[in-house]
Amino acid sequence: MLDKIGIAKRIAEEVRDGMYINLGIGIPTLVANYIPSTLNVVLQSENGLLGIGPFPKESEVDPDLINAGKQTITMMPGSALFHSAESFAMIRGGHVDLTILGAMEVSEEGDIANWKVPGKMVKGMGGAMDLVASAKNIIVAMQHCSKEGSSKLLKKCSLPITGIRCVKKIVSDLAVLDVLPQGGFRLLERAPGVSVEEIKNATEGKLIIEGEIPEMIF
Amino acid sequence: MFKENTMINKVVFGAEEAMHDITDTATLMLGGFGLSGIPENCIQALLRKGVKELTCISNNAGVDDFGIGLLLKTRQVKKMISSYVGENAEFERQLLSGELEVELIPQGTLAERIRAGGAGIPAFYTPAGVGTEVAEGKEVREYDGKLYLLEQWLRADFAMVKAWKGDTSGNLIYRGTARNFNPMMATAGKITIAEVEELVPVGELDPNHIHTPGIYVHRIFQGSNYEKRIEQRTISK
Repeated sequence: MLDKIGIAKRIAEEVRDGMYINLGIGIPTLVANYIPSTLNVVLQSENGLLGIGPFPKESEVDPDLINAGKQTITMMPGSALFHSAESFAMIRGGHVDLTILGAMEVSEEGDIANWKVPGKMVKGMGGAMDLVASAKNIIVAMQHCSKEGSSKLLKKCSLPITGIRCVKKIVSDLAVLDVLPQGGFRLLERAPGVSVEEIKNATEGKLIIEGEIPEMIF
Repeated sequence: MFKENTMINKVVFGAEEAMHDITDTATLMLGGFGLSGIPENCIQALLRKGVKELTCISNNAGVDDFGIGLLLKTRQVKKMISSYVGENAEFERQLLSGELEVELIPQGTLAERIRAGGAGIPAFYTPAGVGTEVAEGKEVREYDGKLYLLEQWLRADFAMVKAWKGDTSGNLIYRGTARNFNPMMATAGKITIAEVEELVPVGELDPNHIHTPGIYVHRIFQGSNYEKRIEQRTISK
């Protein structure tokens, strides 16, 4: 089973040289720490920056430089700053190669729910609906099951959805799965120490298992 | 015509003078993302003036004791139009008790609706929100096999923006990610008020570097006592 760091490390394996990447809040933010330094990639921040750098040293903290999670950051050499309409123009226009975000639920059709839990506090969707409606390649970082043990990989989302038919790949604490265009979760890899049987039991939606499923290596 | 300085002087003494004609029930746009790039002086002046039943268009709603959160505490806000309103307990209380109306809009749609308002485009199609509750009651149209929602422009009685530097004719330059919603909002106010950290005479800003041309700005003043509060101070060791 993978912890949050493990999920972030496994997702970092999906990053390719030359990509522009938008990282969501939470586990996706951690992915930046594990992208191999041999790759040249640029991280986009929806509030108006291409070229997110590491967190600042105490002496470099600048209230005019934050990421989408409102954390203080730095800029890489060669960065570009822009306003919010421009930021979402590059997102909607398909210029961002990879979007990594968290989810509360994903359906076997690739629908994603991650913005609202009715009856509890509604914080808003932020940029998530724009991102999932437009990104060419969406990888979701999530827990396979809720704390109560019910599956979050479902036939249909039970929560209000953020976008339809958009998720391409899921990295959970138990497995790596593709979401097929015709529907269904195709099992690609097992997390260390997790059996196919456990993944079957934890997946409510249609699970497709073809041949031997390797344990992930990274 | 071409005398030495033909530029129009937009300078007012401060936030009070800038909003002397604002009334209850006004629709406001307030720049900023989180607490970065918010018009701190204008928010303080709204508190002092006590105008009520405001509709505030802003990406976020501040925190309990800073930013728009201060206007929520004094119950001056009737409706918030935002994309993300977390991190505010008073906001949550008013929302659940029905004292506050909230319209949540995808962030890119919010930015584009404001841009459209300033650019004279009454509506546009966007993919964000298709198939979700955001799409309820909206026209859906297919282009090249993909579905899009019709969204309308947003405009405001007053837009309040914060810039780093500005000149007396209203040309503005922002700094870092404090730019965010400010440039679009500047274009979409019937009256646009700009507060700047440094106000300079015309001619001092390089025209190549202007982000918001002065045509959009009606009143400008140099703000004071900027706190620039940080929400998440993250440091690398």
